[in-house]
Parts: sequence; structure tokens; C-alpha cells
Amino acid sequence: MLNIIWLSMMFTAVFCGLITGNLSKVVAAVTESAKLGFDIAFGLAAIMTLWLGIMRVASDSGLIKKLSRYLQPLLVKIFPDVPAEHPAMGAMVMSISANLLGLGNAATPFGLQAMKELQNLNKKVTSASDAMCMYVLLNVSSLQLIPTSAIAFLAINGSKNPSSIISSTLIASVISTIFAFILARYCSRLNAFKEENL
Amino acid sequence: MMNFFNQLSDMIFLAFIVGIPMYAAVKKINVFDSFIDGAKDGFQTAVNLIPYLIAMIVAIGMLKASGFFGLLEQLIRPLLEFFNIPLELIPLIMIRPFSGSAANGILADIIHQFGGDASISKIAATLVGSTETTLYIVAVYFGAINIRHTRYVIAAGILVEIVGVVASLIIGRLLFS
Repeated sequence: MLNIIWLSMMFTAVFCGLITGNLSKVVAAVTESAKLGFDIAFGLAAIMTLWLGIMRVASDSGLIKKLSRYLQPLLVKIFPDVPAEHPAMGAMVMSISANLLGLGNAATPFGLQAMKELQNLNKKVTSASDAMCMYVLLNVSSLQLIPTSAIAFLAINGSKNPSSIISSTLIASVISTIFAFILARYCSRLNAFKEENL
Repeated sequence: MMNFFNQLSDMIFLAFIVGIPMYAAVKKINVFDSFIDGAKDGFQTAVNLIPYLIAMIVAIGMLKASGFFGLLEQLIRPLLEFFNIPLELIPLIMIRPFSGSAANGILADIIHQFGGDASISKIAATLVGSTETTLYIVAVYFGAINIRHTRYVIAAGILVEIVGVVASLIIGRLLFS
């Protein structure tokens, strides 16, 4: 699927470039973006190194186990295929906490770690497990308690009450999170998407 | 107000970065060794990601340069006009699934142009807060662990994104105008 999307993105770019006469800009964008991608990757490497170091400290100290105990009853229901004591649960707890608190750049490293742990439980290593699909979709729905950067933008531009977007963001993301949950459950049960039919 | 929220996010940040090692020290863990162990793992994961990141970012960069988003805007404009959705939000809605930094840039621009108390600014902020860079997340999360068959995730992710956009438009209009 990614295969098709990637190809069609590039094809569309060339096609649109031809229509709009921006083809030379498209050509220039290739090398520029590759460089940009490398810069982003290295920025990410620095952040991943830092946050996964902190995460290891948190898990060695037993903090994650403690946190997990509170979220476990819920997580076990959402991810029935993941054993309650598995490290994947810990990584997911960390990434959910970081997301809720608006620490976006910590959420990605924790999320990637969670995917790695989920891969250890995966029966068919080249295709996504039910738990992975659920986890990625819940991430896409972006549950957030404090959208810190958006609040800061509003405040800089003279908003008297920038925190009013906390409630609107929370309501909207709760709606899309519930939708994501139901959709993932439903799709996992459809025969066409069954893990063993791939 | 801005100070309060800046401080709050600083506090949350520090609670993670300093609070966790302090807690571990109380529990008599060798904090430094433990950190290094985890950090090595993090670096390795990030290096494995480079090809996936570059593949995605190059394709997105080409799309941006080609004028694709401008054409797409014109295509869906009648639909948005029909539902009375502010046209200024179109570029934001279009770019959101592809690039987080571009979306943040457009958000900053809208807020700067209309002011921090305008309802459109708050709706835009809600929209950014309650959606994600879907395509990027799918490519990177599955890329990191070499998953080739993503099953229903991409289609479902786009649906979730649309629900998030619609929900924030409706709620934003109810609360802020």
C-alpha cells in the first residue's frame, strides 16, 4: 500500500508540475528534500537518543510498571493480544502519557519503541498485527490534553483566553479517538483484512 | 497567560527529563548506565529510519513544489463553500496529513493574520491539535520495523483524519463564534 502511495505521490507531482509549469521546481525539490530529510533524521536521532535513554531509566526504576498498573485495565481491553506484563505495554503507556501532556517530540521515540516491542509479538513479521493497526490509528487520532504550541501561538498574538482551545481540542480529539478505536476493531474483524489472509 | 503556559510546558518537560532520573536514583538504580543503555537503542532505531524519512520527505517536497496543493484547493473549494467552511483553512486542512512543520507554519500565519482572539484562529488551532500527520506516522512507524503490508491502516487513518477535521470545525464553530 505504501508502495502505491509513494509512487502515486511522485507521479502526481510530475504530472501537476507539467500542468502548472513548475517542473523545474519539482526537480529542484528532489535534492532539497533529500537533504532536508537527512537533517530531520539527524534531529530525530538526537531526540530519540535522549528520550529512549530516559525511558530506559524510567523502566529500570519500576516507574513504568507503576504507571502501567493504572492504565492496564484499559489497555488490556484495547490490545487484547498484548500480554499485560509485556514491555510493549510499558512503551505504549509512556507514549500515551507524552501525547496527553503535549510532549510531541517525546511521543515519537516512545511510539517507535512500542512498535518495536509489538513486532516481537507479531506472528507474521512483514505484515501489521491487529495491535499495531490499533496503536497507529489511535496515534493518528492524536489525543491531547494540553496543545502547548498552539496555545503559545494564540497567546503571542494577543489572545485574552488562549487556553479556551484546550476544551475544543479535547472534545474533537476524543471524538476522533473513539472513531479510530471502533474503526480499527471493525476492520480487524473483516475477512478481507484478516492477518492470516494476507 | 502565555507565561503560564510556557512555564507549564517547561515544568512537564523537566518532570520527565529530571524527575524520572531522580526517582530512579531514589530507587537505587545506576541512572547513568541505564540511560546510556536505552540511548544506544534510540540511536540505532533513528538510523534505521533514515531511508523511510527521506523517501517520504522527498515525495512530499515534490508534491509541494509541483503546485499540487493549489490544484487540490481549487478542486474542493465548492464543497467547502457549500458547507460554509472558511476558505483560509483549506491549505491547513490539505497539508496537515503530510507535514507537521508546514501545518504549524500555516497555523502561525493564520493566527498572525487574524489575531489571537479571532474565531478562525481558534478553530485552526483546534484543528491542528486534534489531528496528526497521518501519512508520515504510518510510513515512519511501520518503516521502522520493516512492515510491508499495512492492511487497512492508511485508508482508515485518512478517515480518522477527516473525522478529526470535521469534529474540530463543528466544535470550533459552536464554541468560538
